[in-house]
Amino acid sequence: MTERTITRADLADALYKHLGLSRSESADLVELVLNTMTDQIVAGNTVKISGFGAFEVRQKGERIGRNPKTGVEVPITPRKVLTFRASHLLKEKMNKSS
Amino acid sequence: MTKSELVQKLAEANPHLYLRDVEKIVDTVFDEIVSALGRGDRVELRGFGAFSVKERAARKGRNPRTGETVQVEAKRMPFFKTGKELRDRLNGK
Repeated sequence: MTERTITRADLADALYKHLGLSRSESADLVELVLNTMTDQIVAGNTVKISGFGAFEVRQKGERIGRNPKTGVEVPITPRKVLTFRASHLLKEKMNKSS
Repeated sequence: MTKSELVQKLAEANPHLYLRDVEKIVDTVFDEIVSALGRGDRVELRGFGAFSVKERAARKGRNPRTGETVQVEAKRMPFFKTGKELRDRLNGK
């Protein structure tokens, strides 16, 4: 099995092929889907796509880290991180014998 | 935000498209990502993030209630790494 990397262009191509939209409109729509999700995530909202998974923002508190090279302790500032929880359907589709 | 709310928002931004077409657009995008991961491919969306497949080896597990040993099959798990741009935006950079 040869592994590929799928990009925006492939997603746009799918819209062009399956839905008969123009190439430029397909590319714009892929971008719009991602931007709309990004705006929600940045606003701190969970984005839940049924059959796919959920993107959730989590707040991490300050903790002490260590520079692995020098051993110097440095504080890691509080930050927000994005986590993705895959839906059961996605996990199932990844594990059915192909 | 749920998928139907996403569809709603996209439809508002695209008044020339029917709602059912916007639904198809959103479904097609996510179906494409799901099939890619199903094939073991990686999906890289610059600025947003990347989905990849991690292989988990088979292992012996234990039923925590009974202490019984059970065989856990090898499996593939999806893994998401947030893109740099989105990570920076989350933290107000």
